[in-house]
Amino acid sequence: MAEFLQFLISGLTVGAVYALVALGFTLIYNASGVVNFAQGEFVMLGGMVTVFASAAGVPLPLAALVAIAAAVAIGLLLHRFAIEPARGASAVTLIIITIGASILLRGVAAIVFDKQFHKLPAFTGDTPVDVLGAAVQPQSFWVLGGTAVVVLALYVFLEHTLVGKAVLATAANRLAARLVGINTTTIMALAFGGSAAIGAIAGILVTPITLTSYDVGTLLALKGFAAAMLGGMGNPVGAVVGGLLLGLLEAFGAGYLSSTYKDAFAFLVILIVLFAAPQGLFGRRVVERV
Amino acid sequence: MGLALSHGALAQDTVKIGSVLSVTGPSSFLGEPEDKTLKLYVDKINAAGGIAGKKIELVIYDDGGDANKARTFATRLIEDDEVIAMVGGTTTGSTMAMIPVFEDAKVPFISLAGAIEVIDPVRKFVFKTPHTDKMACEKIFEDLKKRNLTKIGMISGTDGFGASMRAQCVKVAPNYGMQILIDENYGPRDSDMTAQLTKIKNTAGVQAVVNPGFGQGPAIVTRNYAQLGMTSIPFYQSHGVASKSFIDLAGPAAEGVRLPAAALLVGDKLPESDPQKKVVTEYRQAYEGATKQPVSTFGGHAYDGLFILVEAMKRANSTDPQKIRDEIEKTKGFVGTGGIVNMSATDHLGLDLSAFRMLEIKGGDWNLVASGS
Repeated sequence: MAEFLQFLISGLTVGAVYALVALGFTLIYNASGVVNFAQGEFVMLGGMVTVFASAAGVPLPLAALVAIAAAVAIGLLLHRFAIEPARGASAVTLIIITIGASILLRGVAAIVFDKQFHKLPAFTGDTPVDVLGAAVQPQSFWVLGGTAVVVLALYVFLEHTLVGKAVLATAANRLAARLVGINTTTIMALAFGGSAAIGAIAGILVTPITLTSYDVGTLLALKGFAAAMLGGMGNPVGAVVGGLLLGLLEAFGAGYLSSTYKDAFAFLVILIVLFAAPQGLFGRRVVERV
Repeated sequence: MGLALSHGALAQDTVKIGSVLSVTGPSSFLGEPEDKTLKLYVDKINAAGGIAGKKIELVIYDDGGDANKARTFATRLIEDDEVIAMVGGTTTGSTMAMIPVFEDAKVPFISLAGAIEVIDPVRKFVFKTPHTDKMACEKIFEDLKKRNLTKIGMISGTDGFGASMRAQCVKVAPNYGMQILIDENYGPRDSDMTAQLTKIKNTAGVQAVVNPGFGQGPAIVTRNYAQLGMTSIPFYQSHGVASKSFIDLAGPAAEGVRLPAAALLVGDKLPESDPQKKVVTEYRQAYEGATKQPVSTFGGHAYDGLFILVEAMKRANSTDPQKIRDEIEKTKGFVGTGGIVNMSATDHLGLDLSAFRMLEIKGGDWNLVASGS
């Protein structure tokens, strides 16, 4: 039982980060139809800017806010100077643009920061908490709690605010949204800024556990994308469930099957799901009339 | 793009030494200190009048970690620059790609790469200075045997370094009476190894855990090890994490971790009677004074390679590559940063296990483990 719990908590912690990255993918995809592969770099920025700001003497909570602001600024710039000018381009072109942006951000980070790994102190100490025989880092609760808060805030924003409804309207039908007076360009910028903030929050929460460096974003973008596909691209609930599931698959795969094949196992399950349900677990069936 | 950097005076009476290093790219944290070390010491040698009145001209190319480029530059060193010897080859991949060029040209090549296949089988013109991962395993097992611990668990990174060292450990384990009860691994980019460690923790009879790995992985493994309350089981890291940044990243969890490493890391803690004390202290002062960066074992390997070559050239008293090669092979009692080098026709590395010191991390710093404890 203790072993099972240990794997469960490990999987949920890693999965929560995948969930936040997947949520970032979802938000941008919904507002603009773009799959943003620079999503992992927002997570990197969250961790790295916090590390360097606190090294420069800024208190940790303030350093975290600086990091979120920096990520949001980069997200808005990405939208304004890379995505917006290419608005008429095909989906593939836009994906290539975001991949290019991701490479650029990594390169700039390597120059501005450095190529070393960095750590952040855990928010509430390193003494493990005993949960029915499983040793849990206090930071894990921060990651899980923080993820829950972000998901809840996003839900309230989308469902219960006028601006949130405008985002949903833009996602549903951009032309119709523009006809009723919604400024879809602003809404798209908002989605990029929001995704960047979510990514940066993930980076700040998880860096005390996982460490960070200029190139941690690549793998996170891949895993977050896989999680979003598993849950159903464009569905916020799907993104969260997909992320947590992927984390759990990896932890239980490593724990009960074999650490050599844990990644293969996780991706195999994703492939099986997508064969059975190409839209993902929560994806909408899109019916094309011809 | 590689730019030839000619170093030293372009007088008539010069002798050319070549180098291909990974100064940029993924292995830059190895190549950069190697590059700085070679330039620093060639300048020093030239300022002191060179070798037998001849100034050294150092030709360095940067392969960016690309083995194909390395091979092209190796050919250029031989055909265009006509170097009489080579000290370089940051990675095992680059080195293996360049070996045929130097073997064909019959020019001595002192490699700075880690893997044992560089010198095993022995090739006539190829030597190397860094310790092998096989030696690291042997050093760890030797220490375990002293402590009467024979049943071990392993957790290795799946990157090149981790996988290669794991294979060597599995190979030499029987020689030391070691039983590997459980053999786990993790990806080089994984951020949580608690699942693998929980399996090791729940394997009956594990007396010690060995973690061959490189980069940030071992730091996370070390943190997870403490998180799971496993610190009562002796924990060994490899020479792959022998740098201050490991202690910094792993934090208090690193307390009590043991690892084999070169004397260079603990220069200030060596007794005055230690034959390497003078060399490692002087190299450290020179390097840190010139670069303002902490010394690393990688730069030390370049220092050793350069001076093994310089001393062989002095003994040969000739610029004939063949004669220099013969003298490199005769290197005996050379005191370097990596250990005491005694080469022979069958051993082109020349280090034994005494080259590694067993260190234990205490109070956030390296400490020499007294032999027999």
